[in-house]
Amino acid sequence: MELTGAEIIIRCLQEEQVEYAFGYPGGAVLFIYDELFKQDKVKHILVRHEQAAVHAADGYARSSDKVGVAIVTSGPGLTNAVTGIATAYMDSIPMVIISGQVPTFAIGEDAFQEVDAVGITRPCVKHNFLVKDPKDIAETIKKAFYLARTGRPGPVLVDIPKDVSNQKAVFEYPESVSIRSYHPPGKADSTQIRHAAQMLLEAKRPMIYAGGGVVQGDASLQLIELVHLLGAPCTNTLMGLGGFPAGDNQFVGMLGMHGTYEANMAMQHCDVLLAVGARFDDRVIGNVAHFAEVPRKIIHIDIDPSSIAKRVKVDLPIVADLKLALGELLDVLKSSKQKPDAAELASWWKQVNEWRVKGGGMRYKNSTEVIKPQYVIETLHKITGGDAFITSDVGQHQMWAAQYYKFNKPRRWINSGGLGTMGFGLPAAMGVQLINPGETVACVTGEGSIQMNIQELSTCKQFRLPIKVLALNNRYLGMVRQWQEFFHGNRYSESYMDALPDFVKLAEAYGHVGMRIDNPADVEPAIKEAFARKDDLVFMDFRTDSTENVFPMVPGGKGLSEVILAEDL
Amino acid sequence: MRHIISLLMENEAGALSRVAGLFSARGYNIESLTVAPTEDPTMSRMTIVTSGSDAVIEQINKQLNKLVDVVAVMDLSEGEHLERELMLVKIRAKGEDRDELKRMADIFRGRIIDVSNETYTIELTGAGSKLDNFLEAVGRELILETVRTGASGIGRGDRILKL
Ligand SMILES: Cc1cc2nc3c(=O)[nH]c(=O)nc-3n(C[C@H](O)[C@H](O)[C@H](O)COP(=O)(O)OP(=O)(O)OC[C@H]3O[C@@H](n4cnc5c(N)ncnc54)[C@H](O)[C@@H]3O)c2cc1C
Ligand SMILES: Cc1ncc(C[n+]2csc(CCOP(=O)(O)OP(=O)(O)O)c2C)c(N)n1
Ligand SMILES: [Mg+2]
Repeated sequence: MELTGAEIIIRCLQEEQVEYAFGYPGGAVLFIYDELFKQDKVKHILVRHEQAAVHAADGYARSSDKVGVAIVTSGPGLTNAVTGIATAYMDSIPMVIISGQVPTFAIGEDAFQEVDAVGITRPCVKHNFLVKDPKDIAETIKKAFYLARTGRPGPVLVDIPKDVSNQKAVFEYPESVSIRSYHPPGKADSTQIRHAAQMLLEAKRPMIYAGGGVVQGDASLQLIELVHLLGAPCTNTLMGLGGFPAGDNQFVGMLGMHGTYEANMAMQHCDVLLAVGARFDDRVIGNVAHFAEVPRKIIHIDIDPSSIAKRVKVDLPIVADLKLALGELLDVLKSSKQKPDAAELASWWKQVNEWRVKGGGMRYKNSTEVIKPQYVIETLHKITGGDAFITSDVGQHQMWAAQYYKFNKPRRWINSGGLGTMGFGLPAAMGVQLINPGETVACVTGEGSIQMNIQELSTCKQFRLPIKVLALNNRYLGMVRQWQEFFHGNRYSESYMDALPDFVKLAEAYGHVGMRIDNPADVEPAIKEAFARKDDLVFMDFRTDSTENVFPMVPGGKGLSEVILAEDL
Repeated sequence: MRHIISLLMENEAGALSRVAGLFSARGYNIESLTVAPTEDPTMSRMTIVTSGSDAVIEQINKQLNKLVDVVAVMDLSEGEHLERELMLVKIRAKGEDRDELKRMADIFRGRIIDVSNETYTIELTGAGSKLDNFLEAVGRELILETVRTGASGIGRGDRILKL
């Protein structure tokens, strides 16, 4: 039977078992919205800004193992979505974005609400398509989902002109698709795995550096077993948090710019480094030359060859899916007669523990006068039992959330690491809450970031999303202020947030509950009360110490051991 | 170092801009880039001449391979290969210069493909350096116009880039 393009699109989404699509209507997608209206399998979540649609689809994907879906109209709908798409691209998040386009006959004529969607998004998608014929829609959407979720995941955009969504074609959803140029890696090469096992068994100072690939690749269980088997310290990147349990003794905390002293020192001084699903980002290894000063052997497992040897030279590159590769590595290690050298490991741990003491782990001086932001996060951890989904915006509050909320499970920590997009937290929390109904979802934000997508409080009301918003309100674009204090002679150029709204009234205006907390003594009761309100969105405005800084800090471009500790200042 | 990279890509609108966009977005060098369809109408063949450190060239190859529209990549410089470039050059050819320029074209195995009272248009193929040499021999003041295709490359013997 022939269906219209729009019908085909919705049927495809149904075939892909898409439960929620996030979007915003407009002229070019009217036919698609008409079809959405006629069915109830794919539920549409109407956001208040297209950027939020994409972040919500992103949070949905990060907190599940599903592909997020967003629908936007042509022109401004698409351009509004670009920040969200780039955010997902930088963090390798599987997502399909369907954008309307002006009719095929109008393309290129500067038609009303025309932009070159494929051109604008090209550098920030895994792939994109312009569909010019309704009979190509089904296969293209199938390909889009396939590309988004396989290999290194990423966002895929499908741009559909308005006339194409109204023309008819026979609908048949392909069982499978193959793309001749695209072969996502699977198992690792067994010789390389044996080689890796040998290197790890012979290591005197082994170290495991695990990133977002562990979370995205669902390889957490394999990683935990491997770390225990090897007896090595393990660190996570910002994106990898929860991939290895923070409560485990072998966890040395996050590494990098705001990582723990011990994680960074162990990274610098290990003799065999196993990097898994991590990409040696410049916020992790700020100074490649400094890192190379200490000789060490590096084994790097990643599904994307271009992540390997991009910034740091690698001795054993292994291109494979992490879950499979770690499984193979475990098999080889378990069947090997050789065991890690206990004496060497003991003296390595003695060193690591000395660093732990010197770095002091994560510590701050609490106060009875003014609310310390770290204290808010610690209390949040306590009240939620460390088991909540935590989304975050970007800034100091993000780092404190990463440092002080000890994540024990993957997919619980949802933040924008690669692009660092302020405004991510609240809309991402919407997606998280929808796909995890009944679970506790909190958004840790700053008074700056929250105002970038605050309109989503309205979406939360419409769809009854009982998110708990914790604004660490320091009246500053704190992360900017910190850099200005450290590196720009205390000249706080445009980093003071003046004329802040009354967030309590604002929350109430949107139909939610607002709380303002000024005293440290009120922090715990407030959080308790807020989380007891299971059905309400509660906006907590914590007036925190406005001059608190994030420590430790490895300044940009510095080596891992060139760290500023809290007491150095 | 200079590298000459060949690739097969889907003969689709937008494929070229993905490759070109990759080079500009990541700050890679392009000395020249040529592209045309192959005997298989679904595919185009592109030759890119670039330069960079070994690490940069490795990334270029990986990034090219990552593009969904790119079907196969070969760094021709890693083995024996041939490269040729076509140039059309229009030169001022007046009076006694005409004989001399004709002889020069012969020496370089060029062909005069268009003649007017005051000009010759010469077609020349060869390695880029040969074309450079010809232009130098003719001299700047006589050159009216040059068009070069950029290098096309192919592996020697059994080195074949095909699906
Ligand atoms: C204010 C701010 C401060 C920051 N400070 C820090 C900091 O102190 N420390 C820190 O670590 N980061 C920090 N970041 C984040 C940083 O910018 C990077 O986003 C982050 O370090 C990258 O994490 P990653 O290496 O785990 O890579 P990701 O971006 O998570 O990439 C994942 C890697 O895994 C691979 N992969 C995906 N799936 C699979 C699979 N199935 N099998 C195998 N491989 C797979 C991918 O190919 C990719 O190479 C900060 C960001 C901000 C905004
Ligand atoms: C969209 C966007 N614009 C600008 C920045 C640069 N930036 C990074 S952190 C930050 C300050 C964030 O302020 P706030 O949300 O109040 O968080 P705080 O650092 O105070 O905790 C800014 C402006 C960014 N990351 N994203
Ligand atoms: Mg702030």
